[in-house]
Amino acid sequence: MIEILAERFNFIIVIILMMTGLYAVVATGNLVKRLVGLSLFQTSVFFLYITIGKVFGGQPPILPEYSEGHGGGDTYGGDVVAASDYATDAAASSVSHADAGHYAAEAIYSNPLPHVLILTAIVVGVATLSVGLALVVRIRETYGTIEDEAINQADYAIDSARRNT
Amino acid sequence: MTEFDWTQLLDYALMAMLLAVGIAIVRLRNLFAAVMLMGVYSLISAAWFVSLDAVDVAFTEAAVGAGISTVLMLAAMLLTAREAEPVKAIRHWAALIVVSVAGAALFYAVGDMPVYGDPNSPANSYVGMDYITSTPNEIAIPNVVTAVLASYRGFDTFGETVVIFAAGLGVMLLLGLNPGKKKGDEE
Amino acid sequence: MSPHLVLRVVSKLLIPLIVIFGLYVHFHGDYSPGGGFQAGVIVAAAVILYALIFGVDSAKQAVPTWFVKFLAAFGVLLYGGTGVATLVLGANFLDYDVLHPDLAHHSGQHIGIILVELGVLSTVFAVMMAIFYAFAGRAPDIPEGEW
Repeated sequence: MIEILAERFNFIIVIILMMTGLYAVVATGNLVKRLVGLSLFQTSVFFLYITIGKVFGGQPPILPEYSEGHGGGDTYGGDVVAASDYATDAAASSVSHADAGHYAAEAIYSNPLPHVLILTAIVVGVATLSVGLALVVRIRETYGTIEDEAINQADYAIDSARRNT
Repeated sequence: MTEFDWTQLLDYALMAMLLAVGIAIVRLRNLFAAVMLMGVYSLISAAWFVSLDAVDVAFTEAAVGAGISTVLMLAAMLLTAREAEPVKAIRHWAALIVVSVAGAALFYAVGDMPVYGDPNSPANSYVGMDYITSTPNEIAIPNVVTAVLASYRGFDTFGETVVIFAAGLGVMLLLGLNPGKKKGDEE
Repeated sequence: MSPHLVLRVVSKLLIPLIVIFGLYVHFHGDYSPGGGFQAGVIVAAAVILYALIFGVDSAKQAVPTWFVKFLAAFGVLLYGGTGVATLVLGANFLDYDVLHPDLAHHSGQHIGIILVELGVLSTVFAVMMAIFYAFAGRAPDIPEGEW
């Protein structure tokens, strides 16, 4: 049991962070603090995805075809191939593609798919956070407060005033 | 894991810092401090992303989380309130019960997750690794993440661009880009 | 001597470098970590830095509101336009190989990826600027001692 949890230690940290964010959303009355908690929750979900994609002994998913110095010593050969490829020789370029496929088969890379998903999720997350904050600003201008209990009471007061007249 | 991997120490240190900052954010009532700690949280999570081999994601998280998001939340905090009111006891305990139940359910499910770093887990076995082997032949650019983002999954990126545009539209509709002129005679 | 003299001088040196770095990140997204999303955010951070130090009105003269609105829509249209262009040239939507006849080097893929990332850069930059203008336009001017 302990062994099972020790091998999946990252997921436990993710769960604790997720619950911290959830607590902030449920317990706090302040709307800005709730959005902060939601952003905390969102970041912990990003950790969950990236942790699943990690491979032990792997490298970041960038192939050594045209760049210098990624990975071990054998990629210096890739540098020479890239230099000759810039002479736009079709034969040399096909060699470099085969070499790159060879390098890709030799080295171990982490899974690139979760990275792609989370990349867009981060930017979309900040865009939707800004919409939420714009709503909070408008609420503040209308009600004069951003505590949810005070807003509810203001709404009840308006409703009962409308019902009594 | 027969021999101790010293890079795991870095992971543990980053995780400990994340936990400490996360709990501090929730417990602080001063919103200015909470927003600043969110910026710190984003930077530490960018460092942890690098440790998890996700360099593109770390780049984006550092730029977006520590840069734009902090400025945004500071601006919103200036326009709304500086302090949060204290949490009532009954609400605090109710929230703790909800969070404990949800957390316990998730803990129970951790046993089914793949082992951390397993190269043969279902997530790492099929499409993800195929992208790495077929990118040199079909797209011929070294950065596999950009190849997947812009070419293999171009539809999804198009949808996300439209979502970002829609969010910008939403903010423009809610707040307006030139509110100074209209502040006197708002309807 | 105006206050924040160090900030003004250093930011005037740094802001062009930040913009160049953003463009570098965009064009090298094929070869190193980077791409449209990161580049858009970095260039927006440069303009926001300018607005924070020299005032939102000066920033609105440098990057006016109509340009921000235009650029947001232009980015989405550029992305969709690349897809429609590939449709017109005979292949599927967003199939970049038809954009350039050189199939050995996959130049069509390079062109297609740079174009769509440019669209993403434009939209992300413009939306970040629009959000900043929307929030900063309403913020009251806070005198120095009251922070």
